[in-house]
Amino acid sequence: MEWEVVIGLEIHAQLATKSKIFSGASTAYGALPNTQACLVDLGYPGVLPVLNREAVRMAAKFGLAIGAEVARRSVFARKNYFYPDLPKGYQISQYELPVVAGGSIEIELEDGATKVIGITRAHLEEDAGKSLHEDFHGMTGIDLNRAGTPLLEIVSEPDMRSAKEAVAYMKKIHTLVRYLEICDGNMQEGSFRCDANVSVRPKGQKEFGTRTELKNLNSFRFVERAINYEIERQIELIEAGGKVVQETRLYDPEKNETRSLRAKEEANDYRYFPDPDLLPLEIDDSFLEEVKKTLPELPDAKKHRFMESYGLSAYDASVLTGSRAMGDYYESVVRTLGDEHAKLAANWVMGELSGALNKDGKEITETPISAAQLAGLLARIIDNTISGKIAKDVFEAMWAGEGDADAIIEKKGLKQITDTGAIEKIVDEVIAENPGQVEQYRAGKEALLGYFVGQVMKKTQGKANPGQVNQLLKQKLG
Amino acid sequence: MHTKTIAELSRMLAAGETSSEELTRHYLERIRAHADLNAFITVTEEEALAEARRADALRRKGEAGPLAGIPIAQKDIFCTDGVKTTCASKMLENFISPYDATVVERMKRAGMVMLGKTNMDEFAMGSSNETSYFGPVKNPWDKTRVPGGSSGGSSAAMAARLAAATTGTDTGGSIRQPAALTNTTGLKPTYGRVSRYGMIAFASSLDQAGTITATAEDAAMLLNVIAGFDERDSTSVDKPVPDYTATLNDDIAGLVIGVPKEFFDDGLDPRVAECVREALKVYERLGAKIVDVSLPNLGLSVPTYYVVAPAECSSNLSRFDGVRFGYRCENPTSLEDLYKRSRGEGFGAEVKRRIMTGTYVLSAGYYDAYYLKAQKTRELIKEDFCRAFEKVDVLMGPTTPTAAFGIGEKTDDPITMYLNDIYVNGVNLAGMPGMSIPMGFIDGLPVGLQIIGNYFEEAKMLNFAHRYQRETDWHTKLPKGFE
Repeated sequence: MEWEVVIGLEIHAQLATKSKIFSGASTAYGALPNTQACLVDLGYPGVLPVLNREAVRMAAKFGLAIGAEVARRSVFARKNYFYPDLPKGYQISQYELPVVAGGSIEIELEDGATKVIGITRAHLEEDAGKSLHEDFHGMTGIDLNRAGTPLLEIVSEPDMRSAKEAVAYMKKIHTLVRYLEICDGNMQEGSFRCDANVSVRPKGQKEFGTRTELKNLNSFRFVERAINYEIERQIELIEAGGKVVQETRLYDPEKNETRSLRAKEEANDYRYFPDPDLLPLEIDDSFLEEVKKTLPELPDAKKHRFMESYGLSAYDASVLTGSRAMGDYYESVVRTLGDEHAKLAANWVMGELSGALNKDGKEITETPISAAQLAGLLARIIDNTISGKIAKDVFEAMWAGEGDADAIIEKKGLKQITDTGAIEKIVDEVIAENPGQVEQYRAGKEALLGYFVGQVMKKTQGKANPGQVNQLLKQKLG
Repeated sequence: MHTKTIAELSRMLAAGETSSEELTRHYLERIRAHADLNAFITVTEEEALAEARRADALRRKGEAGPLAGIPIAQKDIFCTDGVKTTCASKMLENFISPYDATVVERMKRAGMVMLGKTNMDEFAMGSSNETSYFGPVKNPWDKTRVPGGSSGGSSAAMAARLAAATTGTDTGGSIRQPAALTNTTGLKPTYGRVSRYGMIAFASSLDQAGTITATAEDAAMLLNVIAGFDERDSTSVDKPVPDYTATLNDDIAGLVIGVPKEFFDDGLDPRVAECVREALKVYERLGAKIVDVSLPNLGLSVPTYYVVAPAECSSNLSRFDGVRFGYRCENPTSLEDLYKRSRGEGFGAEVKRRIMTGTYVLSAGYYDAYYLKAQKTRELIKEDFCRAFEKVDVLMGPTTPTAAFGIGEKTDDPITMYLNDIYVNGVNLAGMPGMSIPMGFIDGLPVGLQIIGNYFEEAKMLNFAHRYQRETDWHTKLPKGFE
């Protein structure tokens, strides 16, 4: 039987506010346990939550960016359950009336086609603390630094049909939230994570199959592997005459498998009800207008503009708009060199620069070579001071912090030899030293031209202008 | 000295006729002498004397405000920095708060001296002060009877003049009912008028801090201090605070008093009804107009209250889990065991009853039938009050159906106990301000007149109360042995 896979994602994006969603405590990552939890975060008797307006602004920004409805009135609700890292015994979230509802985003499929993925809702909520089971023998440590950190939970429609689509969607949201500067997207620190709802159904069937919810997916790779494992498990189960049970499953990246965490019947009754400590969240037109003004150019718009203005391919444009910083870097280089050199700039940013960044595990924001410096290097290729090959050596020196392109070219004497007389003299030498090859060439073995060019370059340490060398060689040999 | 009002003490302090230290020593002495009332959970003698000396020093420098040096008692539901805050529960028996509630902070800033923390029903759940882990409080008017609840320690302390004034909280009548049963003046402001920050939550949408005092004038002086917006409480209202003492003596001739006919039901002791009629005559003499009004859905207020309040309390009290503060059971064997036994052993019967009721009404499958329906009936009750205020300036009626009942008399029957709050619950559901003032005695036991105001019209309500207290002397009467 042919099966169709149905996937929906719930993405938790930690909002990049300075303080927590309902208290003034810092949200900075990595502090000593329980040093960034104030009385409100600790759920002390008598304390009350006060909503952080910045978190609301960020949620509204996201809503506008996905073309969704930003609710004029939304309500915070309490989700009640007991757990040691949940200090109040309830999580403040949004339930019936979320702040963002009904948007969408376009993803690219492998074959280059695009697909629209619906976003059901996005709501504001507070994160819980962390339970540390490993470090305390026979006990559990509780770190409440994360408690009260603002989250935007982004819930998609069940619109994805493969693990690859799910990853493409997650990456798209990841790019978007960083563009909007509402989330740092750091998956290792848990700032961006997701749960996946997965089910399968016979192709052509209208009703959805029974779904399972996969938890603990904190990398793109795990999302893909966990979903693929789960799809296979479900299909095998059904084909063997079994039934998928609605349950929550945990992905174990070490064993690459999912295993049951709790069945639906064991699920908590969260007893949601409106939080009486917080008034309904009201958003008016002037607030939205203000937020609208802060919206940057969005990834898709930037990509299309790059294709049109700079004549880039869809692939190049896509890579160069992968993050706002990358796009800014690229455009800064182009602005210095002029639009006619956009392709050269693209090759260098995507080639040497990205390669070096990857090798060192650095983000574009951490690059040791600024956009102005790279433009300075490329300008020397354009004005024939150095060849593209020499430029790569200069780039390496720049990466190592040896200074600007001009200084390195000067210091290392890498300036290209363009003096025809000087080149001619070396060409003559090479011809004189290789009588056998000259004979063969003249007998018709024209492929030997490359050999002669190589010899000239060797003698000039690669500094001779390759165009002039070619021309002179042909002239003299011909 | 203890027979004086705050207003009088303030004048005496200003004139140098007494000092805050002398006053404080006097009240501390009375607290010791009447310890059998069980009105206090904690007495902060040393801190009180230190604060009194500070207030006296300020006064010598001419920097003291009108309330500086006045000794008061705080209900033990308000968090007090460095002082035990128990909420009358075993759960918080040894809890020392690391911060001050806004109410406490504002009173401190005014220079007031805290004598200690008063007894109350556990987590403010009760109408008789009998649910306190620290034992029942006795009514100074008859020590075999209850002082009302949940602010029973404050009402008893005020009736016995163990402090110049006390604070209370009113979720479903917990200031007005005990004030009525002890011949004191209770004031519950509009929901949102006084910050709830630092007041241990029972039912967040109903809880409101207020005062129990000797007179309406004293209540006005205290409200001047505690009222106002607090950015730490999102439900507090950003509205200017008038000088509540400025309009106390305003003429009430021509103003309209509405008397809801639903207050005069079968459960009302006819002698209480007679007292209300007598009180209304006083107002008629002052030129006020009395009209009949109807609050047709008032009968729904007790059932509505006992869905809304437990629902919120079941969630509010989840934080008492034995993990971070408060009572923890001995040798827990697992997380579940820790939760079950810490909460099972730390909470008293009434608190557990309400947590269970609240958990039930919020559960999947019951939410619509109970919680959602209660929200709708709450809206109907509120509309009734709002409609009445289109035609009247204040509403008046009895605070309680009867005078104080005996200790132990109603503890086995929670429903009968709940019905004691039939006239007061509705005001909390509507969020309006209410008062109870002394209006006479039945067989030597005091009863109270309830005055209800429109939203944020505390000044008008206090004006009515004060004009009545100028014409009558009920509020000056003290129980035997406490004069």
